[in-house]
Amino acid sequence: MTLSDLDDALWALGRGTGVVALLMFTTTLVLGIVSRSGRQVAGLGRFGLAELHRTAALTGVGLVAVHVTSLFLDPYAQLKLVDLAVPFLGSYRPLFLGFGTLAVDLLLVITAVSLLRNRVGPRVFKAVHWLTYVLWPVALVHALGNGTDAGSLWMDAVAVFCCGAVLAAVSWRLLPSYAERGRTRVARVVAR
Amino acid sequence: MTQLLQAPLGTNRLLGAAPDLPLPHLEAGGLIALVEQAGLTGRGGAGFPTARKLASVAGKAPGIVGNATEGEPLSSKDAVLLSRSPGLVVDGLSLIGSALGARRVLLAVGPGVPTGPVRQAAVNSRVDVLALTGGFVAGQESALVNQINGRSGVPSDGLVPVFRRGVDAHPTLVVNAETLAQLALIARCGADWFRRLGTPADPGTFLVSISASRPATVAHPGVLEVPRGTPLRAVLTAAGTDLDRVAGVLVGGYHGAWVPPSEIDTLLTTADLARFDAGPGAGVIHVLDRGNCPLEMSGSVAAYLAGQSARQCGPCVNGLPRMAQTLQRLAVPGASPGLVAEVVRLRGLVHSRGACSHPDGTARFVASTMRVFADHVEDHLRGDCDARARRLDQV
Amino acid sequence: MRVHVDWTRCDGHGACAELLPELLTTDDWGFPILTGGQREPDVPAALERHARRAVKACPVQALRLVD
Repeated sequence: MTLSDLDDALWALGRGTGVVALLMFTTTLVLGIVSRSGRQVAGLGRFGLAELHRTAALTGVGLVAVHVTSLFLDPYAQLKLVDLAVPFLGSYRPLFLGFGTLAVDLLLVITAVSLLRNRVGPRVFKAVHWLTYVLWPVALVHALGNGTDAGSLWMDAVAVFCCGAVLAAVSWRLLPSYAERGRTRVARVVAR
Repeated sequence: MTQLLQAPLGTNRLLGAAPDLPLPHLEAGGLIALVEQAGLTGRGGAGFPTARKLASVAGKAPGIVGNATEGEPLSSKDAVLLSRSPGLVVDGLSLIGSALGARRVLLAVGPGVPTGPVRQAAVNSRVDVLALTGGFVAGQESALVNQINGRSGVPSDGLVPVFRRGVDAHPTLVVNAETLAQLALIARCGADWFRRLGTPADPGTFLVSISASRPATVAHPGVLEVPRGTPLRAVLTAAGTDLDRVAGVLVGGYHGAWVPPSEIDTLLTTADLARFDAGPGAGVIHVLDRGNCPLEMSGSVAAYLAGQSARQCGPCVNGLPRMAQTLQRLAVPGASPGLVAEVVRLRGLVHSRGACSHPDGTARFVASTMRVFADHVEDHLRGDCDARARRLDQV
Repeated sequence: MRVHVDWTRCDGHGACAELLPELLTTDDWGFPILTGGQREPDVPAALERHARRAVKACPVQALRLVD
C-alpha cells in the first residue's frame, strides 16, 4: 500500500465518520426531544429511550474523535494542532473548518458536563445541555460547507433528512400539547 | 386583630411589664441545661424541644434566626408580641447568640408584623431585623433560610437540614419569636418559675389567637396568654364566646384539627389534643359558628392552602387543588357519595409526598373535617345542610 | 440504604418507576409513589443494582440513595 493510498484511506475515513456523526447527533437530538416529553415508546420504556439518547450521543462523540484524528493525520486536510481547538485559523476553507472546530469545542464541554452531571448538579447540567441546540446547526453548517461531498445527491439527501427530522422535532417541542407529564401539565389551580 | 385581652387566667408574663431582673450571660452548656430543665418546647407550631435544637448547633458558630413571619392567617400572636414586648424577643436572640458564639443573629419579620418597636429594641444589640415577604409556607425553616440567602422563599429538599447548612451555608438555628421571649424570661426568672404554670409534661404558658367564623360568636377575639393545660372551655369563656353557638373549634390553625363541641373541656396540651390529631401548634383557636357550614368553610380553607403551595412538588401542585375542589363539591348539598371516597384517596395521595409538610398539614385538616363533621357530611349527601337552615332562621 | 426523592426536582418523568417497580409506582400525574407510604423505603440488597440504575436514569437527578 502506497502512502497515497493511506492518505486516501484516511480522507475517506474522515468523510465517512463525519457524515455518520452528523446522523448520530441528529438522532440524539430527536431522541432527546422525545425523551423530554415524558412519553413512553413501546418496548423501550422511558428509561430505554433516555439510554438510547445517551448511546447515540456517545457514539457520535467517538465518531468525531476518529473523524478529527484521521483528518489530522491526513496531510491533504492540512490540519494543524491549533485547528482542533481554536476556530477560523485553518488553511482549507477556514470559515467552515472553523465551524467544525467550534462544534468540537462545544461537544467537549457538553460531553464533559454530561458525564460529570452528578458533580455539577442538575441546574448546571441543564444549562449546558441547552448548547446542543447550538451544536447541531454548527455541525450541519460545517458538514455542508467543509464536506467535499456536499452537492452530491446522497449527501444532499442526508442533509435534507437531518434537517427535516430536527425541524419536525423542534416544532413538536414548541407545541402546547408537547409535555405529557409533570408540572407542565398541572391541573387547573383552584381560584384563591 | 391585634387587640389584647385582659388576663383573667392570671398570666401576663409575655405581654405584661418585663421583670426588673438583669439578663444573665450564659455559656452554651448552661443555657442548654437551663432550657432542658424548664422543658421549653417551640411555640411556632412544631413544638420541638428547644434544648435539643440548641444542642444541634452548639459549638458550630451558627447563624441564629428568630422567626416572626407569622404566615398563618388566623394567627396574630407574633404581631402582638413584637408590638408589646419586642425587648424580650431581642433578649432571647442575644442570649442564644452569645451563648452559642453565633456568627450572625437575625430576626425575620413577616409582612403582617410591625417592625418599628423591635427595630427600636434591637438598636444596641447585634440583632439584624429583616423584613421578609410572606405567604403561608414562607415561615417554614428552609424556606425562611432560602429567602434570607437571597433565593426564592420556598422550602428545600430536607436531605440537608438547616441546622447543618443554612444561612450563608452555615449551621443555622431557627426559633419562633414567642419561644425566644419565653427563653428570655426563663433566663431571668429560672426554670422552676417557668414550670409554676402549665403541666409537668407540657410546662409554661403560650399565646393563643382566638377568632370566630361569625363576629358575634366570640365577643373579644384577639391574643391571650394562657398556661398550658388550661381547658379549651376556659379560654373560650375568657374571650366571651357564646358556647351554645359553637359547632366546632379549630385548634392549631389551617394545618390543625377540629375539636367537637362535646369535647370542649379538653386540656390544651400536646398530649390531650393528640387524640384529635391536633396540637397547640402556634396557638390558633378558631370557633366555627353553627350558622356556618363546616364543609363550605373547610373547602375555602383547602382552596386557600392549595393556592399557597410553593408549586415545586408535583403531588402538592396537583393534589391539593383537586382535593379542595372535591371538598367544595361536597359542600353543595345533594353531593354524590363517591366524593367522600375521592377525598380519602386524594388525602393518601398527597401525604408525605413533597419537600415540606404543607400537603401533610392540609391532609390532616381535611381528614379532621371529614371525621368530626361526619354527621354533617351525611346530611349533605341527603341534600340537607343544618347550618344553612339555622342561618335562614335567623334572617 | 434507602431511596430518597428530591420532590423539588422531580418532574414526574417516570423512568425510576419503570426500573424499580418493586419500590416505586406512579400516581395520576406521573409522580412516584413509594411503597408502604413510606417517605424513604429501604432498598433490599437484591434490588441495589436496579436502584442504582434508576438513580442514573432520572433526567433531573431527583432520585438518590441515602444511608
